[in-house]
Amino acid sequence: MILSAENLGVEFTGLKAVDGASFSVARGESYGLVGESGSGKSTVLRALAGLIGNWTGTIRFDGRELAHDRDRGFYARVQMVFQDPYGSLHPRQTVDRALAEPLAIHNMDRREARIEKALEEVGLGHGFRFRYPHQLSGGQRQRVAIARALIVEPEMLLLDEPTSALDVSIQAEVLNLLDALRRAHNLTFVMVSHNLAVVAHMCARLAVMNRGKIVEEMDTDALRRGEAKDPYTRRLMAASRGYDRKLAESFKTLD
Amino acid sequence: MSGSLRTWLLDEAPHSRGQARAGAFYRQWLAFRQNGLAMLGLSIVLGLVLVAIFAPLLAPYGPSAQDLDFRLQPPSQRHWLGTDELGRDILSRIIYGARITLGIVLLVVATVAPVGLAVGTLAGYFGGWVDAVLMRITDVFLAFPRLILALAFVAALKPGIENAVLAIALTTWPPYARLARAETLVVRKADYIAAVQAQGASGLRIVLRHVAPMCVSSTIVRMTLDMAGIILTAAGLGFLGLGAQPPSPEWGAMISSGRRFLLDQWWVAAMPGIAIFVVSLGFNLLGDGLRDVLDPKRE
Repeated sequence: MILSAENLGVEFTGLKAVDGASFSVARGESYGLVGESGSGKSTVLRALAGLIGNWTGTIRFDGRELAHDRDRGFYARVQMVFQDPYGSLHPRQTVDRALAEPLAIHNMDRREARIEKALEEVGLGHGFRFRYPHQLSGGQRQRVAIARALIVEPEMLLLDEPTSALDVSIQAEVLNLLDALRRAHNLTFVMVSHNLAVVAHMCARLAVMNRGKIVEEMDTDALRRGEAKDPYTRRLMAASRGYDRKLAESFKTLD
Repeated sequence: MSGSLRTWLLDEAPHSRGQARAGAFYRQWLAFRQNGLAMLGLSIVLGLVLVAIFAPLLAPYGPSAQDLDFRLQPPSQRHWLGTDELGRDILSRIIYGARITLGIVLLVVATVAPVGLAVGTLAGYFGGWVDAVLMRITDVFLAFPRLILALAFVAALKPGIENAVLAIALTTWPPYARLARAETLVVRKADYIAAVQAQGASGLRIVLRHVAPMCVSSTIVRMTLDMAGIILTAAGLGFLGLGAQPPSPEWGAMISSGRRFLLDQWWVAAMPGIAIFVVSLGFNLLGDGLRDVLDPKRE
């Protein structure tokens, strides 16, 4: 197990955003966290990434327990891709600057070659290198964000709804790109999504979160066979098939 | 401008860092150029800079050259703007005075903007006790009325241009810190800051390289608009005899000495007054135009 969380909890002024979540991710695996808005899935990811300071419980990475303050070595091994590609790129920095920054932070060599290679890998050529974010489409921006995460050669990517802000036609492209990159670099993914279909496509195993708790953990095959046991998971599955008034009513009564 | 340079600047896929930067700058210039009043402001400010640089070439007489036979002469072909009570050519004095005015403005700006920006961004980004300490210090300086502190300061030390600059600078920086802090509070929550945090960047690096650039444009705008106020304060101190000292051709001091002849020889005080008015107006118009172009909310 490269990453494990035990009894992870995050509290925001009285609200338990994450409550006793435990799960573990194997090396090279793609693990999904599914839930609706406000279920705490993104908060789990931010705690893993070291962006939230006030979590409780235990997080282990590669056998070592993680402190609240991470060292630079951790950030070289675990990188994150954010949900909103319009917000995650600095509006005043070119793609070149965005890619050079992690190289400078981690003091890496051959910067020119690495930047060119990273752009090549995410399917953006040299022509995109000196553009500003406002000169790029949403899909292109997310590719830049992926390149930025991969340029330090991490072992693990934390993906926070990487496609939910994109057009449907672009979503598949970006998901396939991520999948190909994972195979090519032997990466471990932890992916957060509200979309069961996306997680089923990308991940071998997944956990379903509701109101800060992990209600069920299962593998994708079991999900496809419809073997979900928890009532919330079943409703989420039904919801992913389309809108249904009765179903929408049932979400209100479920606690 | 030649067509090829224009295409090079407006290239959607620049080939180098320099081209990307020049292109972004050129686009802002194109937007700025649309604004007629801002262009007027820019030409006034550029004119002031040129006059200050080439003062010895432009001025028909020396700034302190006296000609007692020609005291208090009205504007004429020989002295375009007339002469003062010592027979000095007012036009020449105003031209040399541009150097002093510009010097004061640049000195104040060079000290105020970096200090305000640093205090504001650090307080805003780190929060907690850093914020509390820095902002309370800012509040203390904000509590001093500008002209009164400048007066006290100059009175305690000695009247002179350096002390005037120091006094103005001391009272000018707090609004910049406030402005930078407010912008930082917005920017620090943005995903692109979280993204550099998740890359392992140190707090100082984030503030300097990612947060501060977002606050620079509003600082530039505020600075340009403030320059008029700085010029007026400096002239005010000069008028009160606490800024530049005679025989220095500072505009405020010139008004002060001309005030005695205001009714009979109006040009002695009016000409430097017009100079102050025009230059202040120029900076204000320029600042307004810059705000329209640089305002981050436009993007």
